[in-house]
Amino acid sequence: MNANLRQKVLVLYLKNSALDSPVLAWAQYDGSGETLHMAGDDDAPPYVSGVAALRDGWRLFQASQLLPHPRGEEFDLAYLKYEFFFEQLVEARP
Amino acid sequence: MTEPLLLSSTQMASFVARGFLRFDGAVPAEINAQFMAEAGQVPELSDGGKIMEVYGDTLASSRIPEVPAGTPLAEAYAPGSAITKLLDLPLVRGALRSLLGETPVFDHHFLHVTFPPRYYAAAHRENVSQHTHQDSTIDPRLSFDVQVMYYPHAVTRPMGGTRFIPGTHLRKVSEVALGRYQNMVGQQHMVCEAGTLLFLHHGVWHGGGVNLSDDVRFMFKIRMHASGSQVRCWDVDDLPKPNAQRPIFFRKSAPARDTVEDILMTPEPWFEQDTGRLEFVNRIKLWRYLTDDPTYDADYWLTRLEPPRAASGG
Repeated sequence: MNANLRQKVLVLYLKNSALDSPVLAWAQYDGSGETLHMAGDDDAPPYVSGVAALRDGWRLFQASQLLPHPRGEEFDLAYLKYEFFFEQLVEARP
Repeated sequence: MTEPLLLSSTQMASFVARGFLRFDGAVPAEINAQFMAEAGQVPELSDGGKIMEVYGDTLASSRIPEVPAGTPLAEAYAPGSAITKLLDLPLVRGALRSLLGETPVFDHHFLHVTFPPRYYAAAHRENVSQHTHQDSTIDPRLSFDVQVMYYPHAVTRPMGGTRFIPGTHLRKVSEVALGRYQNMVGQQHMVCEAGTLLFLHHGVWHGGGVNLSDDVRFMFKIRMHASGSQVRCWDVDDLPKPNAQRPIFFRKSAPARDTVEDILMTPEPWFEQDTGRLEFVNRIKLWRYLTDDPTYDADYWLTRLEPPRAASGG
């Protein structure tokens, strides 16, 4: 393992569970320290879909599960449902 | 005293659907100037100083009073103060009466101060925006509190402004558990002229934007709740007749715009494909609560799920 590698993380929230559906929300974290992302820093998503991120070299490493809806709570909404975590490994600058 | 300007049914429907009502430049300049004089002085920060100490000094110098939670709103502020004058504006009295009924109760208020980059440089801290969150804690109620956000001076985009996501208010989340959502399509930033007011449902997801300007930014928030019924407290003259359903899905022309149904059935850009329909269901439930009409429906979302009832005619 190269000790100089750093992880960049991209989190996309999609319109449904399909990876080729549109991006509704997103977050980015840059372990290389080259960029700083924060809440409200961009009003346009970095990719139009999850597949567009794959095509740009992001590696998918986690996707949210599809879970049944507990009886009596079928209409309750809370957090965004279709969450996908991607990563890129980049060389850290000395 | 001038009569309050009650909200219309379509304004109420917009609040139910989107969780906010915005009134630009609603507060006169003289009240804004008085508020800024009363709000408190923000000292400069010397190298190595702490921003929280400056914040504490600002609040200590403020003429805005400490007010116990549970105080009737009408008794919370001194006569002649800027906030009393603001709360007496016909638009503000009308909006609060429409949303909360006759005698709202004070929950808390806070002077939000967002510091420019030189304060963070002096404090050797990173200048970042506030994580998006829902205020208070998990709140399973159908009834709602109102948070009035008051912008006493002009807010430019570099100053950050309050960021909020319309239509998020009906989701039951736990405060900043959603902090991971840095950006959402359809998010709004409060870039506004002085004297702008934002009336928020307590559940709207929001956060303070990072201030990259040279100026300190102020926003004053008051949270309040109803003391009694919230049913039909607005101007109900334009309330649609009960159970007036419109054709759905198969339509040969666009439906009428800006009706209660049209407003309740308009999705937000961030809606998921399936849960967007549940958002409609929850909006209908809130409209039923506010109109005290357990049979109200829009586009048949709840009727379809309820026990059969006779046809309403066509």
